[in-house]
Amino acid sequence: MLSDTLIFILIAIGVIFNALGIVGILRFPDVYTRLHAETKMTTFGTIFLCLAVFLYCLLNYLSSGDGQYIDLGISTAVVLVALAFTNATGSHAIARAAYKSGQKPENAVVDRLEAKK
Amino acid sequence: MITIWMLVAVILCALILLALVRLFTGPSAPDRVVAFDSINTLTVAIMIMLAIAFEEVFFVDVAIVYALLSFVGTLFVAKYLGGEL
Repeated sequence: MLSDTLIFILIAIGVIFNALGIVGILRFPDVYTRLHAETKMTTFGTIFLCLAVFLYCLLNYLSSGDGQYIDLGISTAVVLVALAFTNATGSHAIARAAYKSGQKPENAVVDRLEAKK
Repeated sequence: MITIWMLVAVILCALILLALVRLFTGPSAPDRVVAFDSINTLTVAIMIMLAIAFEEVFFVDVAIVYALLSFVGTLFVAKYLGGEL
């Protein structure tokens, strides 16, 4: 019963953080702040959803002894590692592309990248 | 317990619909890429939730391939926008 509550809390954290990421996309003023909100929030939320899946698989394996749950948990771990690495790299690439295509941050005063050239 | 996972999948689908607003109305191309990237991440999460709801491991295998291919797509579009292709 305690473990069900823990799974529910992990799911709630994941869904709330995913929702905050989408709200950040809709509300923030320019590309860089939107990227900041989206990447951090959706990665964090998906990590917590995967933790809930781990806990569910572990409990079901301990109670039923079915090897299918171990497969499910390990595959989810692979997804989690792939997502954690590719989201960070992808957001860096998008920010670099946005700067190179000529977008400046909103209300920017100092541009050190421009001064370095 | 099964209904909780399906409920989470439905909520994530609603979040994807909200992200589509930014995808269509984004003032510039990098905004659209940001919305697209978030939709990819949410799709991977939905696939994991459906794998638990239906007790099938293959859904998660599809999610692995989708995550890696969407990463390649994002990098490709970013290179194109940066004028490096």
